Amino acid sequence: MIVLASLVALLPFLAAFAGMLFGPSLTRLLGGRSGGRAAPVRNGPALIACAPIAVSLVLAAVVAYTVWRDPGERTGMLTVIETGSVPIRVGLQVDGLSAVVALMVCCVALAVQVYSVAYLEGDRRYSSYAAFVSLFTAAMLLVVYSGDLLVLYAGWEVMGICSYFLIGHHWEDRANSRAAVKAFLVTRLGDVGFLIGVLVLGVGAGTFEIREIVRTAADLPGSTVTAAALLLLAGVAGKSAQFPLHTWLPDAMAGPTPISALIHAATMVAAGVYVVARVFPVFEAAPAALAVLGIAAVVSMVGAACAALAQDDLKRVLAYSTISQLAVMAAGLAVGGESPAIFHLLTHGAFKALLFLAAGCVIVVAGSNMLAHYGGLRHGMPITFWSMTVGLAALAGVPPLSGWFSKDSVIEAAQHTAIHGGEVAGAVAWLVYLGLLLTVALTAAYATRTWLMTFFGEPRGSYEIREPSKFMSYTVAALAVPAAILGFFGLGAAELRPHVGPALLSIVLLAVGAGGAFLLWNRDPALDPARALGPARPVFARAFFVDEFYDAAVVRPVRAVARYVVVLDRSRVDAAVTGTGRGALRLGERLRVPQNGNAQSYLTGLLAGVVVIVAGVVILL
Amino acid sequence: MLAIPLAGALAMLLPANWFLRTDFAVRAFGTAVSGATLLVAISALTAFDFGATSRMQLEVDRQWASAIGLRFHLGVDGISLPLVVLTALLTFLCFLYTLRHPPEGGRIRLLTAMLLVLEVGMLGTFVALDLVLFFVFFETVLVPMYVVIMLWGGTGRREAAYKFILYTLLGSGFLLAGMLLVGATAGTLDMTELAARHGAGLTRGVQITAFALMGIGFAVKAPMWPLHTWLPDAHTAAPTVGSVLLAGVLLKMGTYGLVRVALPLAPEGARFWAPWLGLLAVIGIVYGALACLAQRDLKRMIAFSSVGHMGFVLLGIATLTPVGVNAALFGNIAHGLITGLLFFLAGSVKDRWGTTDMDALGGGMLGTSPRLASILTFASVASLGLPGLAGFWGEMLALLGAYRPHADLPRETFVTFMVVAALGALLTAAYFLRMLAKLTHGPADGAAVRRGRETRVPAAAVSLQEYAAWTPLIALTLLVGLWPKTLLDVTTGPVRALLGGG
Repeated sequence: MIVLASLVALLPFLAAFAGMLFGPSLTRLLGGRSGGRAAPVRNGPALIACAPIAVSLVLAAVVAYTVWRDPGERTGMLTVIETGSVPIRVGLQVDGLSAVVALMVCCVALAVQVYSVAYLEGDRRYSSYAAFVSLFTAAMLLVVYSGDLLVLYAGWEVMGICSYFLIGHHWEDRANSRAAVKAFLVTRLGDVGFLIGVLVLGVGAGTFEIREIVRTAADLPGSTVTAAALLLLAGVAGKSAQFPLHTWLPDAMAGPTPISALIHAATMVAAGVYVVARVFPVFEAAPAALAVLGIAAVVSMVGAACAALAQDDLKRVLAYSTISQLAVMAAGLAVGGESPAIFHLLTHGAFKALLFLAAGCVIVVAGSNMLAHYGGLRHGMPITFWSMTVGLAALAGVPPLSGWFSKDSVIEAAQHTAIHGGEVAGAVAWLVYLGLLLTVALTAAYATRTWLMTFFGEPRGSYEIREPSKFMSYTVAALAVPAAILGFFGLGAAELRPHVGPALLSIVLLAVGAGGAFLLWNRDPALDPARALGPARPVFARAFFVDEFYDAAVVRPVRAVARYVVVLDRSRVDAAVTGTGRGALRLGERLRVPQNGNAQSYLTGLLAGVVVIVAGVVILL
Repeated sequence: MLAIPLAGALAMLLPANWFLRTDFAVRAFGTAVSGATLLVAISALTAFDFGATSRMQLEVDRQWASAIGLRFHLGVDGISLPLVVLTALLTFLCFLYTLRHPPEGGRIRLLTAMLLVLEVGMLGTFVALDLVLFFVFFETVLVPMYVVIMLWGGTGRREAAYKFILYTLLGSGFLLAGMLLVGATAGTLDMTELAARHGAGLTRGVQITAFALMGIGFAVKAPMWPLHTWLPDAHTAAPTVGSVLLAGVLLKMGTYGLVRVALPLAPEGARFWAPWLGLLAVIGIVYGALACLAQRDLKRMIAFSSVGHMGFVLLGIATLTPVGVNAALFGNIAHGLITGLLFFLAGSVKDRWGTTDMDALGGGMLGTSPRLASILTFASVASLGLPGLAGFWGEMLALLGAYRPHADLPRETFVTFMVVAALGALLTAAYFLRMLAKLTHGPADGAAVRRGRETRVPAAAVSLQEYAAWTPLIALTLLVGLWPKTLLDVTTGPVRALLGGG
């Protein structure tokens, strides 16, 4: 069982190294031309990337099935690393939560790898790209299965660096390089807090083992738990792109679209939410942290939804929608709805991966990211159109697609806590509840706007509208299935079943949002419905100028200080040293004067000395 | 182990027409000698009993100058063993690299001799168990390093070399005074015996003075802020092999000395000075990182990054906990591997494009020289402390130690240090990524392209010798990073013994 789980994570890890070192040579071995357009079966890197993750998927399914048949957690430990203080236990922990999330990760990773074979066809750096995707998958699975917080942190950071490499895949463009650096540094800022939080928790509980920490969380001193939970939240906000560390995600869309689907929609950004769920008892013991989580979530979900309304770039619309949806999960956790949040995580993984991959099809065909260049695409590319329709409807929460079930269960949990009380303060619960309802309407509005502007109206571009490669469109179609039906699995659990009251309310809000967007668009299908936002539009489009604020408040001061330090090092610290040197030299010059080899002056000095000593002796005695 | 490089160095004194006529033969000879030393070091590794890491093993103990009680006492335990192997490995790799890429300035015979003497001094420092012997070896490295910088250095080598030797000699003066103070008061110069006493027999005042004196001596070497200014100059001016050994091994002698000599000999002094040591270490971390952020020269940047990394090592020591000292030892090894690799790479960049100025080098190295740029990326990522690579564990353990320092130390102060140090680690990531973005990303412009256009030859691919010198470092960085147990198991035992029980 644990062996299977470790194999699931290990296979992509080995594939990453193998792909990096032997990918191109395997292509040659199989008779394909390296660097050029090789047939998929002769494409070495593609085989090394896809085959292991396919096996991993099967194994992850077996693991999930076993856990489903016989629930309960299983742990296995490879070794204990003595550090001189709290030991690190290298081991895995498989339970229902980790098994099902791992299954989702493997599914999306396989879909993305297969899709990438076609999407990056002819790219001469495909082999390193595929290897990094494999490495990323391994790191994510490590995060999911890990039984020890420090091991989890290791996977957590490796994901970050893979994200950096993959965003910067087209590094020839300075803008991509900047986006990659920004993504890494902003998440790393959160990770500083995360690491300290892990240390606080580990030292407090005397172990880094998740199972033990969760068990003892309630007994720890309140200040320790609260500090640890708040620090962990910093890392969660960084990884899951929550306010105030959300600014990297929209820029991260500079990476290739499959990467956006895998890392920046379905898996890595969800890791933050997953970790909170994993150590949820720690947060339950720290209501202050839950309140902070709830408020950050409300700000993120409403703010990002507003920003999504005004974006011109299809991928940026989806990026802001990701921030907003992740905030929905975080809000679910804040009001104590652990299962609804994870449920939403799973359905979101499915429909957002679908949306990004479908967007990739659109971008490949249209050669542009801009919504303004699309229009009327539904005729030429029916598979993409229907898949994307399913994805957007699931995102907006149209019944009975998956998003409707999961979002509804989150709303239900928020309503329950707001009315009946829970761990978190009542005011925060109400705020979360209202924020969720507002987000439903906004989400419906931007989803409708995107859908209409892309697929309806007159074509606005001069390209040929056709389906892209089969690898791409079939992958998208395959992902549309879970995006549509995943919600029904929630019927098995009582807390995930839809309730009449919230369901009706959200359908009404959905209709308001979608209807509003449709009416605006219908007045003139050639124009962007976002024009109705009026003066608020540039504010939304720039996401409330948070980036500009950070640039002025953090980036520029740090740069200035750095320049100052360099000057200081030269002119002060080092000058003090060389100054001492020169001083010594000058002192030497002075001391050299008496030693001029003149016997007369030596003798005079000697006599003077004797006189002084004698005088001293006479006076003192 | 010491005899082989010493004999090799002496052989270099033979006139050229008797022995090894060509330069290449000399270089091959140096490689062979250091290779043999490495083999001895590895056999020491196999002979070492890992069941008793805290016991001194493979000891040599002879009378040396009996009139003043000096003994020729050598031995290794879990603290010194990794450093000994690292030293032998790095020296061997340096010779291997020199086979194909000798530094400009000729006189290979002298260079070989100097590097071998340097190796004697470095190895000796790590195995010496007598205070005076330790000091002798500690000083032995100065002159060869001075000569290496002076004769084969780049621009500004004269000042850099002067600064290096004066600075470190000054430090050594303090060190000697501190050691003699301890030796004279305690009546023995044997380090194992002194360590076993844990400061018994020394008054508090003596311990505080002795620790301060020895601390300054080691802090110059480490280097600790604000005594670091010799380092960037020396690194920038030194030839590649000089920089590698300087960063890879010489800096470790300072922190090793703190752990091996200053901590066990004067534990009360350590407790008195630890908060100050921690403060300076943390300033070093942030200061080094900020200095790197605005640096234009690649070699200078890596040099300043050493200040930051050694700050983590010093912070670990300052916590006076087993985990902190473990962190320091781990950080030593990791920094030796990674920064050694980085300096090798900077040397290769200079070989190819004639400059290490980042603006002049321009971007796009991943396009013009993909292998070199990939290895540079790997080394930078390792250096910024990515888990799974060597750099992370030292930093993480230092932070862990600072979160719960020794019971006698002010906890709040150290928790503050921890937070500042962690933010310093963020800045470390920032400057490495800035460097990578500047050099490896973007369109190819700058020196790489210009040189290619002028000479019509593309930049040389990574040579076999370069691969040979780098692959072991990359492999070890991965091994130690993925399986930190290899190193921690060796050091934990002696560290606990060193700090008394624990």
